[in-house]
Amino acid sequence: MTREEIRKAIIDILADIAPDEDTSGLKDDVGLRDQLGLDSMDFLDIVMELRKRYNVEVPSPDYPQLATMTSCLNYLSPKMA
Amino acid sequence: MPKDQLKGIQDEYDVVVIGSGLAGLTCANILGRMGRRVLILEHHYQLGGMATWFKRKRGHIFDISLHGFPHGMVKSCKRYWNDDIASRIEPIRGIRFDNPQFSFETTYDRKDFTRILMERFQQPKERVEDFFDKARSFNFYDDDGTTTGQFLERCFPGRNDVHHLLMEPIAYANGSTLADPALTFGIVFSNFMSKGVYIFKGGTDLMIGLMKKELIENGVDIRIYSDVQQVQLAGGKVAGVVCNGRPIKCKSVVSNANLKVTIQHLIGEEHFAPEFVESARRVRLSSSSCQVYMGLKAGESFEYLGDLFFTSTLDHFDSVALCAKDVTSRTFSCYYPDTRPGSGRYSIVSSTNANWEDWATLSEDAYEAEKAKLIEETILALERYLPDIRGKLDWIEAATPGTFSRYTKTMQGATFGTKFEGLGVSKGIPEQVPGMWHAGSVGIIMSGWLGTINYGVIVSNEVDSYLSRNKAV
Ligand SMILES: Cc1cc2nc3c(=O)[nH]c(=O)nc-3n(C[C@H](O)[C@H](O)[C@H](O)COP(=O)(O)OP(=O)(O)OC[C@H]3O[C@@H](n4cnc5c(N)ncnc54)[C@H](O)[C@@H]3O)c2cc1C
Repeated sequence: MTREEIRKAIIDILADIAPDEDTSGLKDDVGLRDQLGLDSMDFLDIVMELRKRYNVEVPSPDYPQLATMTSCLNYLSPKMA
Repeated sequence: MPKDQLKGIQDEYDVVVIGSGLAGLTCANILGRMGRRVLILEHHYQLGGMATWFKRKRGHIFDISLHGFPHGMVKSCKRYWNDDIASRIEPIRGIRFDNPQFSFETTYDRKDFTRILMERFQQPKERVEDFFDKARSFNFYDDDGTTTGQFLERCFPGRNDVHHLLMEPIAYANGSTLADPALTFGIVFSNFMSKGVYIFKGGTDLMIGLMKKELIENGVDIRIYSDVQQVQLAGGKVAGVVCNGRPIKCKSVVSNANLKVTIQHLIGEEHFAPEFVESARRVRLSSSSCQVYMGLKAGESFEYLGDLFFTSTLDHFDSVALCAKDVTSRTFSCYYPDTRPGSGRYSIVSSTNANWEDWATLSEDAYEAEKAKLIEETILALERYLPDIRGKLDWIEAATPGTFSRYTKTMQGATFGTKFEGLGVSKGIPEQVPGMWHAGSVGIIMSGWLGTINYGVIVSNEVDSYLSRNKAV
């Protein structure tokens, strides 16, 4: 997947997890937690969806890598290449 | 011949879930939804574990643990169960306090508590704001050794009345005391304060019934009267369980049974490293409970008393006194007809925290006498607020630590699992025994309806990951 495709995949997952939030204007370098009001259970859901949809494994020590869109893309790009 | 409770099960499962408490049910539901082959084995005849109810003649239904939970339940039920279940969660109207230190009603959220702390307890706004912010900033992974008592004393020095207000509901919500880590208080208190207290409209029976329907739709097999005696290992990994004397093959097991029972009896200490066995032995259980269930005659009612009513006759707050058999503190959960729309019935459940040892050592006669005393003293306490209640009662009975232990196989009737150290031990099990997980009330923060549901989710993620990695097995 290209970086742009991965970005789209993450946005799709976020839209399902936070259906009441607007994901169109997400800033790449601001924490997802603050922008979308996510809590730790939401991050767990992102991890579960990544495995289900794309067969990507994010072990718990790596959860902090999902903090912003940019860090997500940096972390996931090699895994989803 | 006795009925074969295991009739019709498959030859092998991806996951066997031992126990149908809220953690077990939720974990099973998510794994079923992901397409895993899941079997739930429950020793009792009813699903739900401590999220339970019982029926008595003349139309009485009593809920055991439907007193209140934080708003987070809405999101968790929506996501890990379904919209129908989530839509039945509603805020309670009010919580009342009455004790020699203070007496009033509140909606039990940050806004109302800020007002109360400023107006009634004359606390400056900055101090109150600072307290709420500090309480919210605690993380479960950094325990700096501060106790709840120290934290409250630091925030409101010398104000036992304020500590009483802040601690009493939490002590009932998770059995914690002033000696438990401040972070457990901070996390649970902040969860409630975000939006107040909620309950499930329609009763626990409706909720568990809807959950069962969802599980079946997700392809989960469920068997009741099915007692698991042992988890079987092969080459150090989980290979199956023995249930009602019969082996069942599976790739992984999630035990929703008590943490210590899981390690010491279901798996066996010989399968763990000695240091792990030691730390598991050191895990302290939470306190237990006594309850008195009072059902009114059909057509009888009582005036609004709040939905939850925290009462105490002590002029100070004291965690030890809260569990003592010489009861000074009681929480009345008042159920009006709208709890179970269409029922028209009123009932009251009185809860007190209790020590297992105080009840376990009694002779049969002494036990019956203590139970009768508990009932009588509860009515007397209630008569202070509802003078004519005795004549309106149609059904009254009591549960003690032994009752809880008998029905849910919890160790020593522990109402809320274990103290904080249990969380690390629970999370450490899969490193010791691959394919094995524990999900259920532990660590104070992972207890209660919301805590156990969320813990079930956390474990389902790990089990799913394990099954993906071990596809070839
Ligand atoms: C009196 C009382 C009041 C409470 N009030 C509230 C409240 O108002 N709000 C709130 O949020 N929480 C409350 N709680 C706490 C809450 O009910 C529990 O924390 C939660 O339901 C526990 O869920 P669990 O997943 O840990 O499993 P449990 O409920 O402990 O269930 C475990 C299940 O496993 C089964 N089992 C055990 N061993 C075996 C075996 N070997 N084989 C087969 N099955 C087995 C048991 O039968 C049981 O069904 C209350 C608890 C009590 C007792």
